[in-house]
Amino acid sequence: METSSHVINVKDLVKKFGDFTANDHLNFQVKKGEVFGFLGANGAGKTTAIKILCGLSLPTSGLVEVAGYNVKTHPEKVKSSIGYMSQKFSLYDDLTVFENIRLFGTIYGLSSGEIKKRSGEMLSRLGIEEQRNRLLSTLSLGWKQKLAFSVAVLHRPKIVFLDEPTSGVDPITRRQFWELIYQAADEGITVFVTTHYLDEAEYCNRVTIMVDGRISALDTPAGLKTQLDCDTMNDVFLKLTRPN
Amino acid sequence: MNVKQLWSFIRKEARHILRDKRTLAVLFVMPLAQILIFGYVISTEIKDARIGVLDHARDYSSRQVIDRLVSSGYFMVQDYYSGRGQMESALRKGDIQMAVVFSPDFGSSMERPGGANMQFIADASDANTARMLVNYAEGIVAGYEFESTEVSSRRIAPLIVEARMFYNPSLRGVLMSVPGIMAMILILVSAMMTSISITREKEYGSMEVLLISPLQPWQIILGKVAPYVILSLVNAITILAVGVFVFQVPMSGSYLVLAFVSLLYILLSLSLGIFISTVAPNQMVAMFISLFALMLPTILLSGFIYPIENMPVWLQWFSYIMPPRYYISALKDVMFKGAGLFVVWKEVLIMTGFLGAFLLLSIRNFKVRLE
Repeated sequence: METSSHVINVKDLVKKFGDFTANDHLNFQVKKGEVFGFLGANGAGKTTAIKILCGLSLPTSGLVEVAGYNVKTHPEKVKSSIGYMSQKFSLYDDLTVFENIRLFGTIYGLSSGEIKKRSGEMLSRLGIEEQRNRLLSTLSLGWKQKLAFSVAVLHRPKIVFLDEPTSGVDPITRRQFWELIYQAADEGITVFVTTHYLDEAEYCNRVTIMVDGRISALDTPAGLKTQLDCDTMNDVFLKLTRPN
Repeated sequence: MNVKQLWSFIRKEARHILRDKRTLAVLFVMPLAQILIFGYVISTEIKDARIGVLDHARDYSSRQVIDRLVSSGYFMVQDYYSGRGQMESALRKGDIQMAVVFSPDFGSSMERPGGANMQFIADASDANTARMLVNYAEGIVAGYEFESTEVSSRRIAPLIVEARMFYNPSLRGVLMSVPGIMAMILILVSAMMTSISITREKEYGSMEVLLISPLQPWQIILGKVAPYVILSLVNAITILAVGVFVFQVPMSGSYLVLAFVSLLYILLSLSLGIFISTVAPNQMVAMFISLFALMLPTILLSGFIYPIENMPVWLQWFSYIMPPRYYISALKDVMFKGAGLFVVWKEVLIMTGFLGAFLLLSIRNFKVRLE
């Protein structure tokens, strides 16, 4: 019964593109309600792993279970139990705030009554009720990112995947963004987040660092620091990615 | 699976289109501008061509010939000249397109066995027009000669060739351009706009978000192309309406067959657009592929402007793989000849084949990308 509390269960995940091995025997579990940091240099295989976890790409071999479903056999079940947000895209610029919310709410199967209720709660929590009918293009990047996150968890997914959600936003907005992440985690939503900001890694319950397609470390931030005898996550990261 | 999801996605796409006012204006104005340009400006027909007359004879017969030329509607007399120099300078300046010269004894020599002399001098810097002007004028003069000669004095029974141009009796160029413009605009709107709008989602990263969502890939594609089907139909109706009501292009076939053939062509163009979007990495490439791979061949190789029969053989073979060629040929059959579905079945079959091929290729490419 140990795996039942794990919302993500990865065993011996291998992904090959021809001769190139992007993910080399990954093994990890993520607990319900955990904030799980996924770190690694560019090209370390993070994006490939996320794509597999989200059901966008198939593993070459190994077992990947997300929200209790095997991504190979039940990708549709996986897709409806997760949320996803990436730094590259945060909602449509030429739609209004509410139109964006309604679009993604409907796509994730919410009724229009639920969408109305939840979007009202969400906008008042963010304090932008009066921006409801503004075009998204008129909002700042920080607001767009916060809104995109809120939309990604609107359907109360079991897990939300965040792919570098805070790139390009100012430190204050990043802080506010992480408050939103903690709120979601408190509500029992598991957060799987990749980031380049190593101070953000400190906010995670547990952190994985990928190097060249392998997991080279997986522990709590405090555990990693003692294990590698470093003061900051920055040093931990450098020590693992550049051993000499 | 869920109709509500698909519907909300179609509405989203429609909003994208409606809120991009500039593109929308181009999409609606372009077809109108095209047909007006082709209809009014680029006409290959002769109407009120400017001629100058150098009449040394000034007799009854020469006036008769001039009257005939003018009353045909093809020519109008710009000026009368008294000397050759005057006439030549008018021709050089482009005041007139053709000069008509009568010899001094024109009328009286018509009675003589040697015959009368007249001369047409055309400005052949525009060779096609010059040739047509001379041909038309010769025809008119020949008719006059035949009628004015006494029956008794005809030495030989003339061989009368009567040519009749069926389906386009007055050889009006606009008739040819309506099917051509429809083919061009529809493939442009359908293929270029859809390929751009799909690659835009790829470029902005929203495609990833959509693919991770519970939406099925076919729902995404259907949602993206559905608004363009309507847009293309509106365009087709606009072009047709202007053609029929403004330029009096005949519509002798059934509107139902026309709608069916057009819908098939629109779907074919959309599937081509989807295919382009699976190949093109970004909007820019999608646009260039659409423009250079679709527009130019449509204009040049589909028989829209240049007759396919006049092309070198290898280009003729190339024109066989141009989907617009079949649409234009089916449209002409339906509109001008009143052909039914049984006449254009070959075109319908070929277009269906193209549609299937593009869809299969797109699905294959899409799968490869997801691997």
